[in-house]
Amino acid sequence: MSITLPVDPSTTTSHRSLVEIRRVRKSFGAHQVLRDVSLAVPAGTVTVLLGPSGSGKSTLLRCINHLETIDGGRIIVDGELIGYRQSGHNAHEMTPRQIARQRRGIGMVFQRFNLFPHMTALENIIEAPIGIAGLPRAQARTRAKQLLDRVGLADFAAHYPAQLSGGQQQRVAIARALAMDPKLMLFDEPTSALDPELVGDVLDVMRELAKEGMTMIVVTHEIGFARGVADQVVFMDGGVVVESGRPEHVFDDPQRQRTRNFLESVR
Amino acid sequence: MTALEQTRSEFGTEATDDDVVAIPLRRPWRWIGAALVLLLAAAFLYSVLTNPNIDFAAIGQFLFDQRILEGVGLTLLITLISMVVSTVLAVVVAAMRLSSNPVLSTVAWFYVWAFRGTPLLVQIVLWGYLGRLYEKLSLGIPFTDVVFWHIDTNQLISAFVAGLLALTLNQAAYSSEIVRAGMLSVDEGQREAAYSLGMSPLYTFRRVLLPQAMRVIIPPMGNETISMLKNTSLLSVIAVLEIYTQATVISSQNLKQVELLIVASLWYLLMTSVLSIPQYYLERRYGRGTSRALPPTPLQRMRRAFASRRHGVAPAPETKAVSVI
Repeated sequence: MSITLPVDPSTTTSHRSLVEIRRVRKSFGAHQVLRDVSLAVPAGTVTVLLGPSGSGKSTLLRCINHLETIDGGRIIVDGELIGYRQSGHNAHEMTPRQIARQRRGIGMVFQRFNLFPHMTALENIIEAPIGIAGLPRAQARTRAKQLLDRVGLADFAAHYPAQLSGGQQQRVAIARALAMDPKLMLFDEPTSALDPELVGDVLDVMRELAKEGMTMIVVTHEIGFARGVADQVVFMDGGVVVESGRPEHVFDDPQRQRTRNFLESVR
Repeated sequence: MTALEQTRSEFGTEATDDDVVAIPLRRPWRWIGAALVLLLAAAFLYSVLTNPNIDFAAIGQFLFDQRILEGVGLTLLITLISMVVSTVLAVVVAAMRLSSNPVLSTVAWFYVWAFRGTPLLVQIVLWGYLGRLYEKLSLGIPFTDVVFWHIDTNQLISAFVAGLLALTLNQAAYSSEIVRAGMLSVDEGQREAAYSLGMSPLYTFRRVLLPQAMRVIIPPMGNETISMLKNTSLLSVIAVLEIYTQATVISSQNLKQVELLIVASLWYLLMTSVLSIPQYYLERRYGRGTSRALPPTPLQRMRRAFASRRHGVAPAPETKAVSVI
């Protein structure tokens, strides 16, 4: 499968972002989910994607690690074109094995946690480092225990996901993604499936991660988190970026009516 | 006095008229029913044991007869080979059925349709007659005259091979549906989580999807194995010398049909009982993480039953409260 790339004069820009999304298009059948979306995420910053359901924000996130294919445009992470090999004006989709290699550097956290139910918390974390990255077992275990400690679950290494609360599962999922030493972390509504009293623990872990300088792209409805942690807020609706900027600008002084309407509805 | 203290004094420790002992409903019909069933069972057993037409000495004599033991061996061998080969084939057919390639999925559908829709007995006889359909089997390039190797069909397809083919191909159709159901039972989010960690499709299948599908696949596959063991008896129609054929061969000489059927049945019962043991432990293994506590092994259950006899009713199983931080 091949797609047509847009001719983009800014390809050789000197300012290098960790993530560059340029004029990405994506349709599901006749429904166009992303219409020429462009976005840059500088290294070490937190970007929050905001918008009503169906606005394309989750799809955009899933395109960044090629869980969804794109129809046009390009996504570049750390200087590498994601999912495609470019030749001239066409981009050819990579083999599953090549894509898997690219995904190692990109961690992802899902709304429904998606922990492996047949493995304990520790086994969930060490599976990919041992099986994919080839880390020695002892080393992987030590590292996994450190990660569990970091998300406040040092005593839960031997628990199966079914024995953990939603908030605990989500924190194990974050530890699992971190175990591959990603340079970028994607969060797809990480607190939407949680009971309200469990949301805080997960957000605390994410805040901590941001403070340590992890580059993060977060789809969330937690305005408080976005205001406190985000360097950039991107409001999407109908498959386009409606407005973006510093959180204080977007939240306190939105320029577009659609942004204002949305912010009023979630407040 | 606060409301709480008041409640305490009203329903507190001092005995009042409210302090009664609850006695469960007596159920005399249970005892009568049990006695009746035991009586009928005893009557049936007595009539069998005192029946002069059953030669119990013959049963004992033939239970470990050399031919019977050979039949048992062959039955087990056929069951083992056809289950293993059919399971491999079933995974292939299930993968084809789930494939997005319409040709592959249609062929897989057709295979299941054909082999599940005709009686096993008919299939066995058909394979037995393969030599009539194709006198020679050859290996070459299709639609040309180039032949590398050929052989007389009846020489290659002995009764044993025909029987194996029939059982294996039939079983693969059933098993593929079981495997497919197992694969479909795994949540799509599992694949995405595995991919997002950098796992390849094959690695994901092996370490993430298959172990979860196994939990759904194993119980019905245990059933299928037991069915297969019994279905080997159908191979008697093409004279494969498994245990049932051996029993009928012997009884056609000494005319002790009932005794030899009892001998065969005893062996079938023994073999199916033994087969359910590995199934139980496989289910336990692949059930990890699904229930909060693993079910006890029969040994543990036996110990618990004896303990409860000594100490009264067994306490409710420990439940692990989910601790929430």
